[in-house]
Amino acid sequence: MLFLANPARFMSFSAWAAPLTLVLALALFAVGLPWGLFFSPADYQQGETVRIMYLHVPAAWWSLGIYVFMGAASLVGLVWRHVLADLAARSAAPIGAAFAWICLATGSLWGAPTWGTWWEWDGRLTSMLVLFVIYLGYIALWNAVEDEEKAARLAAILCLAGLINIPIVHFSVDWWSTLHQPASILRAEGPSIHPSMLGPLFTMAAAFLFLVAALAMMNMRAAIYRRRIEAARVRGADA
Amino acid sequence: MSAFAATFRRDLALMWGAGGGALAPLGFFLGATVLVPLAMGPERALLQSAGPPLVWIAAALAVLATLERLFQADLEDGSLDQMLLSPAPLEALVLAKGAALWVAVGLPLALAAAPAAIALQAPLERVPLVCLSVALGMAAFVGVGLVGAAVTAGVKRGGVLIALIVLPFFAPPIIFGAAVAAGEEVAAAFLILAGCALGAAALGPIAAAAALRLQAE
Repeated sequence: MLFLANPARFMSFSAWAAPLTLVLALALFAVGLPWGLFFSPADYQQGETVRIMYLHVPAAWWSLGIYVFMGAASLVGLVWRHVLADLAARSAAPIGAAFAWICLATGSLWGAPTWGTWWEWDGRLTSMLVLFVIYLGYIALWNAVEDEEKAARLAAILCLAGLINIPIVHFSVDWWSTLHQPASILRAEGPSIHPSMLGPLFTMAAAFLFLVAALAMMNMRAAIYRRRIEAARVRGADA
Repeated sequence: MSAFAATFRRDLALMWGAGGGALAPLGFFLGATVLVPLAMGPERALLQSAGPPLVWIAAALAVLATLERLFQADLEDGSLDQMLLSPAPLEALVLAKGAALWVAVGLPLALAAAPAAIALQAPLERVPLVCLSVALGMAAFVGVGLVGAAVTAGVKRGGVLIALIVLPFFAPPIIFGAAVAAGEEVAAAFLILAGCALGAAALGPIAAAAALRLQAE
Protein backbone atom coordinates (compact mmCIF):
# COMPACT_ATOMS: atom_id res chain seq x y z
CA MET A 1 0.00 0.00 0.00
CA LEU A 2 2.90 2.36 0.73
CA PHE A 3 4.08 1.77 -2.82
CA LEU A 4 0.86 3.38 -4.01
CA ALA A 5 1.12 6.37 -1.70
CA ASN A 6 2.68 8.43 -4.47
CA PRO A 7 -0.22 9.82 -6.52
CA ALA A 8 1.56 9.49 -9.85
CA ARG A 9 2.43 5.87 -9.09
CA PHE A 10 -1.14 5.24 -7.98
CA MET A 11 -2.49 6.67 -11.25
CA SER A 12 -0.19 4.52 -13.39
CA PHE A 13 -0.95 1.46 -11.24
CA SER A 14 -4.70 1.92 -11.29
CA ALA A 15 -4.70 2.66 -15.01
CA TRP A 16 -4.26 -1.06 -15.59
CA ALA A 17 -5.29 -2.41 -12.19
CA ALA A 18 -8.80 -0.93 -12.17
CA PRO A 19 -9.94 -2.54 -15.46
CA LEU A 20 -8.20 -5.77 -14.52
CA THR A 21 -9.92 -6.08 -11.14
CA LEU A 22 -13.22 -5.18 -12.77
CA VAL A 23 -12.79 -7.97 -15.31
CA LEU A 24 -11.78 -10.38 -12.54
CA ALA A 25 -14.81 -9.33 -10.52
CA LEU A 26 -17.14 -9.94 -13.45
CA ALA A 27 -15.51 -13.31 -14.06
CA LEU A 28 -15.95 -14.30 -10.43
CA PHE A 29 -19.58 -13.17 -10.55
CA ALA A 30 -20.01 -15.23 -13.72
CA VAL A 31 -18.76 -18.26 -11.79
CA GLY A 32 -20.22 -17.53 -8.37
CA LEU A 33 -23.75 -16.46 -9.30
CA PRO A 34 -24.75 -19.57 -11.27
CA TRP A 35 -22.93 -21.77 -8.76
CA GLY A 36 -24.77 -20.22 -5.83
CA LEU A 37 -28.13 -19.72 -7.49
CA PHE A 38 -28.41 -23.01 -9.35
CA PHE A 39 -25.66 -25.55 -8.69
CA SER A 40 -25.42 -25.52 -4.91
CA PRO A 41 -27.61 -27.50 -2.56
CA ALA A 42 -30.78 -26.10 -1.01
CA ASP A 43 -30.86 -25.79 2.75
CA TYR A 44 -32.54 -28.57 4.71
CA GLN A 45 -34.59 -26.05 6.69
CA GLN A 46 -34.94 -22.99 4.46
CA GLY A 47 -35.15 -24.66 1.08
CA GLU A 48 -34.32 -22.55 -1.94
CA THR A 49 -34.50 -19.21 -0.11
CA VAL A 50 -31.04 -19.88 1.31
CA ARG A 51 -29.64 -18.76 -2.04
CA ILE A 52 -30.15 -15.11 -1.03
CA MET A 53 -27.23 -15.78 1.31
CA TYR A 54 -24.81 -15.59 -1.62
CA LEU A 55 -25.70 -11.92 -2.09
CA HIS A 56 -26.56 -10.98 1.47
CA VAL A 57 -23.52 -12.29 3.32
CA PRO A 58 -20.72 -10.93 1.08
CA ALA A 59 -22.44 -7.53 0.94
CA ALA A 60 -22.64 -7.53 4.75
CA TRP A 61 -19.01 -8.59 5.17
CA TRP A 62 -17.68 -5.95 2.86
CA SER A 63 -19.91 -3.15 4.17
CA LEU A 64 -18.17 -3.75 7.51
CA GLY A 65 -14.77 -4.28 5.91
CA ILE A 66 -15.04 -1.09 3.87
CA TYR A 67 -15.84 0.88 7.00
CA VAL A 68 -12.77 -0.53 8.75
CA PHE A 69 -10.73 0.38 5.65
CA MET A 70 -12.18 3.89 5.80
CA GLY A 71 -11.21 4.06 9.47
CA ALA A 72 -7.63 3.09 8.70
CA ALA A 73 -7.46 5.53 5.77
CA SER A 74 -8.96 8.28 7.96
CA LEU A 75 -6.33 7.64 10.63
CA VAL A 76 -3.52 7.81 8.05
CA GLY A 77 -5.01 10.98 6.60
CA LEU A 78 -5.33 12.60 10.03
CA VAL A 79 -1.91 11.66 11.34
CA TRP A 80 0.23 11.94 8.20
CA ARG A 81 -1.95 14.45 6.31
CA HIS A 82 -1.86 12.27 3.23
CA VAL A 83 -4.24 13.43 0.53
CA LEU A 84 -4.55 10.02 -1.11
CA ALA A 85 -5.64 8.47 2.18
CA ASP A 86 -8.46 11.00 2.49
CA LEU A 87 -9.49 10.38 -1.11
CA ALA A 88 -9.43 6.63 -0.52
CA ALA A 89 -11.79 6.97 2.43
CA ARG A 90 -14.10 9.27 0.49
CA SER A 91 -14.10 6.97 -2.56
CA ALA A 92 -14.89 3.86 -0.55
CA ALA A 93 -17.80 5.39 1.37
CA PRO A 94 -20.54 5.24 -1.31
CA ILE A 95 -19.57 1.65 -2.10
CA GLY A 96 -19.83 0.69 1.56
CA ALA A 97 -23.15 2.47 1.88
CA ALA A 98 -24.49 0.67 -1.19
CA PHE A 99 -23.37 -2.69 0.20
CA ALA A 100 -24.98 -1.94 3.56
CA TRP A 101 -28.19 -1.15 1.68
CA ILE A 102 -27.92 -4.39 -0.32
CA CYS A 103 -27.41 -6.29 2.92
CA LEU A 104 -30.48 -4.71 4.51
CA ALA A 105 -32.67 -5.14 1.42
CA THR A 106 -31.68 -8.75 0.67
CA GLY A 107 -31.94 -9.56 4.36
CA SER A 108 -35.45 -8.17 4.42
CA LEU A 109 -36.39 -10.22 1.36
CA TRP A 110 -34.87 -13.28 3.02
CA GLY A 111 -36.63 -12.66 6.31
CA ALA A 112 -40.09 -12.41 4.85
CA PRO A 113 -40.43 -16.08 3.85
CA THR A 114 -38.17 -17.56 6.56
CA TRP A 115 -38.91 -15.47 9.67
CA GLY A 116 -42.36 -14.33 8.66
CA THR A 117 -41.42 -10.65 8.98
CA TRP A 118 -39.81 -8.04 6.69
CA TRP A 119 -38.01 -6.40 9.61
CA GLU A 120 -37.17 -6.99 13.24
CA TRP A 121 -35.68 -4.52 15.71
CA ASP A 122 -33.10 -6.91 17.10
CA GLY A 123 -29.40 -6.20 17.72
CA ARG A 124 -28.01 -7.24 14.36
CA LEU A 125 -30.54 -5.49 12.12
CA THR A 126 -30.61 -2.32 14.22
CA SER A 127 -26.83 -2.01 14.34
CA MET A 128 -26.58 -2.61 10.57
CA LEU A 129 -29.17 0.12 10.02
CA VAL A 130 -27.14 2.39 12.30
CA LEU A 131 -24.06 1.59 10.19
CA PHE A 132 -25.96 2.61 7.06
CA VAL A 133 -26.98 5.93 8.64
CA ILE A 134 -23.37 6.52 9.74
CA TYR A 135 -22.28 6.02 6.13
CA LEU A 136 -24.88 8.56 4.99
CA GLY A 137 -23.75 11.09 7.60
CA TYR A 138 -20.13 10.64 6.55
CA ILE A 139 -20.92 11.22 2.86
CA ALA A 140 -23.14 14.19 3.74
CA LEU A 141 -20.36 15.78 5.82
CA TRP A 142 -17.87 15.53 2.95
CA ASN A 143 -20.35 17.31 0.69
CA ALA A 144 -21.37 19.94 3.24
CA VAL A 145 -18.00 21.48 4.12
CA GLU A 146 -16.68 23.72 1.36
CA ASP A 147 -12.94 23.53 2.04
CA GLU A 148 -11.85 20.08 0.85
CA GLU A 149 -8.92 19.73 3.23
CA LYS A 150 -11.03 20.68 6.22
CA ALA A 151 -13.78 18.36 5.06
CA ALA A 152 -11.27 15.52 4.90
CA ARG A 153 -10.12 16.02 8.51
CA LEU A 154 -13.62 16.47 9.93
CA ALA A 155 -14.92 13.45 8.06
CA ALA A 156 -11.94 11.47 9.33
CA ILE A 157 -12.87 12.32 12.93
CA LEU A 158 -16.45 11.29 12.28
CA CYS A 159 -15.36 8.01 10.68
CA LEU A 160 -13.12 7.14 13.62
CA ALA A 161 -15.94 7.93 16.06
CA GLY A 162 -18.20 5.54 14.18
CA LEU A 163 -15.75 2.64 14.37
CA ILE A 164 -17.27 1.69 17.72
CA ASN A 165 -20.27 0.36 15.82
CA ILE A 166 -18.32 -2.34 13.95
CA PRO A 167 -17.71 -4.72 16.87
CA ILE A 168 -21.27 -4.01 18.00
CA VAL A 169 -22.56 -5.21 14.62
CA HIS A 170 -20.40 -8.32 14.66
CA PHE A 171 -21.04 -9.39 18.25
CA SER A 172 -24.70 -8.34 18.34
CA VAL A 173 -25.82 -11.88 17.57
CA ASP A 174 -23.90 -13.12 20.62
CA TRP A 175 -24.84 -10.35 23.03
CA TRP A 176 -28.58 -10.17 22.38
CA SER A 177 -31.26 -12.73 21.65
CA THR A 178 -32.02 -12.36 18.00
CA LEU A 179 -33.80 -13.90 15.05
CA HIS A 180 -30.63 -13.48 13.01
CA GLN A 181 -28.33 -16.44 12.48
CA PRO A 182 -25.43 -16.50 14.96
CA ALA A 183 -21.87 -16.40 13.67
CA SER A 184 -21.43 -19.39 11.40
CA ILE A 185 -18.04 -18.73 9.81
CA LEU A 186 -15.87 -16.47 11.97
CA ARG A 187 -16.12 -18.71 15.00
CA ALA A 188 -13.63 -20.23 17.38
CA GLU A 189 -14.67 -23.73 16.31
CA GLY A 190 -14.44 -23.02 12.58
CA PRO A 191 -17.23 -22.65 10.04
CA SER A 192 -20.44 -24.50 10.67
CA ILE A 193 -21.65 -24.23 7.09
CA HIS A 194 -21.29 -27.22 4.80
CA PRO A 195 -18.35 -26.96 2.34
CA SER A 196 -20.70 -27.30 -0.64
CA MET A 197 -22.14 -23.92 0.36
CA LEU A 198 -18.84 -22.40 1.45
CA GLY A 199 -17.48 -22.72 -2.09
CA PRO A 200 -19.97 -20.41 -3.83
CA LEU A 201 -20.07 -18.16 -0.76
CA PHE A 202 -16.34 -17.49 -0.79
CA THR A 203 -16.39 -17.11 -4.58
CA MET A 204 -19.09 -14.45 -4.29
CA ALA A 205 -17.13 -12.81 -1.45
CA ALA A 206 -14.06 -12.64 -3.70
CA ALA A 207 -16.22 -11.28 -6.54
CA PHE A 208 -17.58 -8.53 -4.27
CA LEU A 209 -14.07 -7.75 -3.03
CA PHE A 210 -12.68 -7.31 -6.52
CA LEU A 211 -15.71 -5.18 -7.37
CA VAL A 212 -14.98 -2.96 -4.36
CA ALA A 213 -11.34 -2.63 -5.41
CA ALA A 214 -12.27 -1.77 -9.00
CA LEU A 215 -14.95 0.77 -8.05
CA ALA A 216 -12.80 2.36 -5.35
CA MET A 217 -9.88 2.76 -7.73
CA MET A 218 -12.16 4.25 -10.39
CA ASN A 219 -13.61 6.67 -7.82
CA MET A 220 -10.15 7.68 -6.67
CA ARG A 221 -8.97 8.26 -10.22
CA ALA A 222 -11.98 10.48 -10.83
CA ALA A 223 -11.27 12.40 -7.63
CA ILE A 224 -7.60 12.88 -8.57
CA TYR A 225 -8.58 14.09 -12.04
CA ARG A 226 -11.05 16.50 -10.46
CA ARG A 227 -8.32 17.92 -8.24
CA ARG A 228 -5.96 18.30 -11.20
CA ILE A 229 -8.65 20.12 -13.19
CA GLU A 230 -9.29 22.41 -10.25
CA ALA A 231 -5.58 23.14 -9.87
CA ALA A 232 -5.25 23.81 -13.60
CA ARG A 233 -8.23 26.15 -13.48
CA VAL A 234 -6.65 28.07 -10.60
CA ARG A 235 -3.34 28.32 -12.48
CA GLY A 236 -5.14 29.39 -15.64
CA ALA A 237 -7.00 32.12 -13.75
CA ASP A 238 -3.68 33.49 -12.51
CA ALA A 239 -2.16 33.61 -15.99
CA MET B 1 -10.97 31.51 38.57
CA SER B 2 -9.86 28.66 36.38
CA ALA B 3 -10.47 28.71 32.65
CA PHE B 4 -12.83 25.75 33.02
CA ALA B 5 -14.99 27.56 35.57
CA ALA B 6 -14.90 30.79 33.56
CA THR B 7 -16.03 29.04 30.37
CA PHE B 8 -18.71 27.16 32.31
CA ARG B 9 -20.10 30.36 33.81
CA ARG B 10 -19.93 32.22 30.50
CA ASP B 11 -21.81 29.56 28.61
CA LEU B 12 -24.37 29.14 31.36
CA ALA B 13 -24.99 32.89 31.32
CA LEU B 14 -25.24 32.91 27.52
CA MET B 15 -27.70 30.05 27.45
CA TRP B 16 -29.88 31.30 30.27
CA GLY B 17 -29.69 34.88 29.15
CA ALA B 18 -30.21 35.46 25.46
CA GLY B 19 -33.08 33.70 23.78
CA GLY B 20 -34.68 32.45 26.95
CA GLY B 21 -32.13 29.73 27.52
CA ALA B 22 -33.83 26.48 28.31
CA LEU B 23 -37.26 27.76 27.31
CA ALA B 24 -36.94 26.90 23.62
CA PRO B 25 -36.01 23.23 24.14
CA LEU B 26 -38.59 22.98 26.91
CA GLY B 27 -41.22 24.40 24.59
CA PHE B 28 -40.26 21.89 21.93
CA PHE B 29 -40.38 19.11 24.51
CA LEU B 30 -43.82 20.22 25.65
CA GLY B 31 -45.08 20.40 22.09
CA ALA B 32 -43.76 16.95 21.26
CA THR B 33 -45.26 15.49 24.43
CA VAL B 34 -48.64 16.99 23.55
CA LEU B 35 -48.51 15.49 20.08
CA VAL B 36 -48.00 11.96 21.38
CA PRO B 37 -51.49 11.29 22.82
CA LEU B 38 -53.03 13.27 19.97
CA ALA B 39 -51.47 10.80 17.58
CA MET B 40 -51.86 7.64 19.62
CA GLY B 41 -55.29 8.23 21.04
CA PRO B 42 -56.07 8.70 24.75
CA GLU B 43 -56.43 5.02 25.63
CA ARG B 44 -54.80 4.67 29.03
CA ALA B 45 -53.10 1.32 28.69
CA LEU B 46 -51.49 2.24 25.38
CA LEU B 47 -50.14 5.52 26.74
CA GLN B 48 -48.83 3.82 29.86
CA SER B 49 -46.71 1.39 27.91
CA ALA B 50 -45.51 3.82 25.25
CA GLY B 51 -45.46 7.03 27.30
CA PRO B 52 -42.11 7.04 29.10
CA PRO B 53 -40.09 5.95 26.04
CA LEU B 54 -41.75 8.66 23.96
CA VAL B 55 -40.87 11.20 26.64
CA TRP B 56 -37.31 10.04 26.07
CA ILE B 57 -37.48 10.63 22.34
CA ALA B 58 -38.98 14.08 22.81
CA ALA B 59 -36.12 14.97 25.17
CA ALA B 60 -33.53 13.64 22.69
CA LEU B 61 -34.98 15.72 19.86
CA ALA B 62 -35.20 18.79 22.09
CA VAL B 63 -31.50 18.63 22.88
CA LEU B 64 -30.73 18.10 19.19
CA ALA B 65 -32.25 21.50 18.47
CA THR B 66 -29.79 23.26 20.79
CA LEU B 67 -26.67 21.70 19.28
CA GLU B 68 -26.55 23.67 16.05
CA ARG B 69 -25.54 27.00 17.58
CA LEU B 70 -23.24 25.52 20.20
CA PHE B 71 -19.95 26.21 18.44
CA GLN B 72 -21.13 28.25 15.50
CA ALA B 73 -21.50 31.44 17.54
CA ASP B 74 -18.00 31.01 18.99
CA LEU B 75 -16.55 30.35 15.56
CA GLU B 76 -18.15 33.47 14.12
CA ASP B 77 -17.27 35.99 16.81
CA GLY B 78 -13.71 34.80 17.49
CA SER B 79 -14.24 33.27 20.93
CA LEU B 80 -12.99 29.98 19.54
CA ASP B 81 -9.64 31.58 18.72
CA GLN B 82 -9.47 32.92 22.29
CA MET B 83 -10.14 29.45 23.63
CA LEU B 84 -7.38 28.04 21.45
CA LEU B 85 -4.94 30.68 22.74
CA SER B 86 -5.74 30.04 26.38
CA PRO B 87 -3.29 27.94 28.45
CA ALA B 88 -6.07 25.60 29.47
CA PRO B 89 -6.43 22.58 27.17
CA LEU B 90 -9.20 22.98 24.61
CA GLU B 91 -10.63 19.62 25.71
CA ALA B 92 -11.28 21.06 29.19
CA LEU B 93 -12.98 24.15 27.80
CA VAL B 94 -15.14 22.03 25.49
CA LEU B 95 -16.05 19.87 28.49
CA ALA B 96 -17.01 23.07 30.31
CA LYS B 97 -19.30 24.06 27.42
CA GLY B 98 -20.85 20.60 27.47
CA ALA B 99 -21.37 20.76 31.22
CA ALA B 100 -23.02 24.16 30.85
CA LEU B 101 -25.34 22.75 28.16
CA TRP B 102 -26.22 19.83 30.42
CA VAL B 103 -27.00 22.13 33.36
CA ALA B 104 -28.86 24.72 31.29
CA VAL B 105 -30.85 22.40 29.03
CA GLY B 106 -30.40 18.80 30.12
CA LEU B 107 -31.39 19.16 33.76
CA PRO B 108 -34.52 21.26 33.03
CA LEU B 109 -35.54 18.66 30.47
CA ALA B 110 -35.00 15.92 33.03
CA LEU B 111 -37.21 17.77 35.49
CA ALA B 112 -39.81 18.47 32.82
CA ALA B 113 -39.88 14.75 32.08
CA ALA B 114 -41.72 14.25 35.38
CA PRO B 115 -44.95 16.08 34.50
CA ALA B 116 -44.65 14.81 30.93
CA ALA B 117 -44.47 11.21 32.10
CA ILE B 118 -47.42 11.75 34.47
CA ALA B 119 -49.38 13.36 31.63
CA LEU B 120 -48.71 10.23 29.58
CA GLN B 121 -50.24 8.12 32.37
CA ALA B 122 -46.98 6.67 33.71
CA PRO B 123 -47.40 5.11 37.19
CA LEU B 124 -46.21 7.54 39.86
CA GLU B 125 -43.57 5.24 41.34
CA ARG B 126 -41.75 5.07 38.02
CA VAL B 127 -41.47 8.84 37.51
CA PRO B 128 -38.27 9.41 39.56
CA LEU B 129 -36.54 6.71 37.54
CA VAL B 130 -37.70 8.35 34.31
CA CYS B 131 -36.24 11.69 35.40
CA LEU B 132 -32.97 10.11 36.53
CA SER B 133 -32.63 8.18 33.27
CA VAL B 134 -33.29 11.33 31.22
CA ALA B 135 -30.67 13.25 33.22
CA LEU B 136 -28.09 10.52 32.55
CA GLY B 137 -29.17 10.23 28.94
CA MET B 138 -28.76 13.97 28.51
CA ALA B 139 -25.11 13.58 29.51
CA ALA B 140 -24.67 10.98 26.79
CA PHE B 141 -26.50 13.15 24.24
CA VAL B 142 -24.43 16.21 25.12
CA GLY B 143 -21.18 14.24 24.89
CA VAL B 144 -22.00 12.92 21.44
CA GLY B 145 -23.62 16.20 20.40
CA LEU B 146 -20.38 18.06 21.14
CA VAL B 147 -18.66 16.01 18.44
CA GLY B 148 -21.48 16.53 15.95
CA ALA B 149 -21.64 20.27 16.63
CA ALA B 150 -17.86 20.68 16.38
CA VAL B 151 -17.67 18.78 13.11
CA THR B 152 -20.46 20.81 11.47
CA ALA B 153 -19.62 24.18 13.05
CA GLY B 154 -18.77 25.96 9.81
CA VAL B 155 -21.64 24.60 7.74
CA LYS B 156 -24.46 27.00 6.94
CA ARG B 157 -27.84 25.65 7.99
CA GLY B 158 -26.13 22.59 9.40
CA GLY B 159 -29.05 21.62 11.64
CA VAL B 160 -30.26 18.71 9.54
CA LEU B 161 -26.67 17.57 8.97
CA ILE B 162 -26.06 17.49 12.73
CA ALA B 163 -29.15 15.37 13.18
CA LEU B 164 -28.02 12.91 10.50
CA ILE B 165 -24.52 12.64 11.98
CA VAL B 166 -25.50 12.44 15.62
CA LEU B 167 -28.63 10.25 15.55
CA PRO B 168 -26.80 6.92 15.05
CA PHE B 169 -24.83 7.67 18.22
CA PHE B 170 -28.01 8.63 20.06
CA ALA B 171 -29.29 5.11 19.48
CA PRO B 172 -27.58 3.27 22.41
CA PRO B 173 -28.60 5.81 25.12
CA ILE B 174 -32.14 5.86 23.72
CA ILE B 175 -32.39 2.07 23.65
CA PHE B 176 -31.21 1.58 27.21
CA GLY B 177 -32.63 4.79 28.65
CA ALA B 178 -36.08 4.06 27.31
CA ALA B 179 -35.77 0.55 28.78
CA VAL B 180 -35.09 2.09 32.19
CA ALA B 181 -38.00 4.50 31.75
CA ALA B 182 -40.32 1.66 30.75
CA GLY B 183 -39.25 -0.37 33.78
CA GLU B 184 -37.80 -3.34 31.88
CA GLU B 185 -34.47 -4.83 33.03
CA VAL B 186 -33.88 -1.63 34.93
CA ALA B 187 -30.63 -2.56 36.69
CA ALA B 188 -28.77 -3.78 33.60
CA ALA B 189 -30.11 -1.05 31.32
CA PHE B 190 -29.27 1.61 33.89
CA LEU B 191 -25.68 0.43 34.13
CA ILE B 192 -25.27 0.44 30.36
CA LEU B 193 -26.88 3.89 30.15
CA ALA B 194 -24.44 5.15 32.79
CA GLY B 195 -21.61 3.60 30.78
CA CYS B 196 -22.77 5.40 27.63
CA ALA B 197 -23.00 8.69 29.56
CA LEU B 198 -19.56 8.36 31.13
CA GLY B 199 -17.97 7.26 27.87
CA ALA B 200 -19.54 10.10 25.90
CA ALA B 201 -18.59 12.66 28.54
CA ALA B 202 -15.01 11.41 28.59
CA LEU B 203 -14.39 10.90 24.87
CA GLY B 204 -16.71 13.47 23.30
CA PRO B 205 -14.69 16.53 24.32
CA ILE B 206 -11.49 14.99 22.94
CA ALA B 207 -12.97 14.39 19.49
CA ALA B 208 -14.79 17.73 19.57
CA ALA B 209 -11.61 19.62 20.46
CA ALA B 210 -9.75 17.93 17.61
CA ALA B 211 -12.50 19.00 15.20
CA LEU B 212 -12.58 22.55 16.59
CA ARG B 213 -8.84 23.00 16.05
CA LEU B 214 -9.51 22.22 12.40
CA GLN B 215 -12.44 24.63 12.22
CA ALA B 216 -10.35 27.52 13.48
CA GLU B 217 -7.68 27.18 10.82
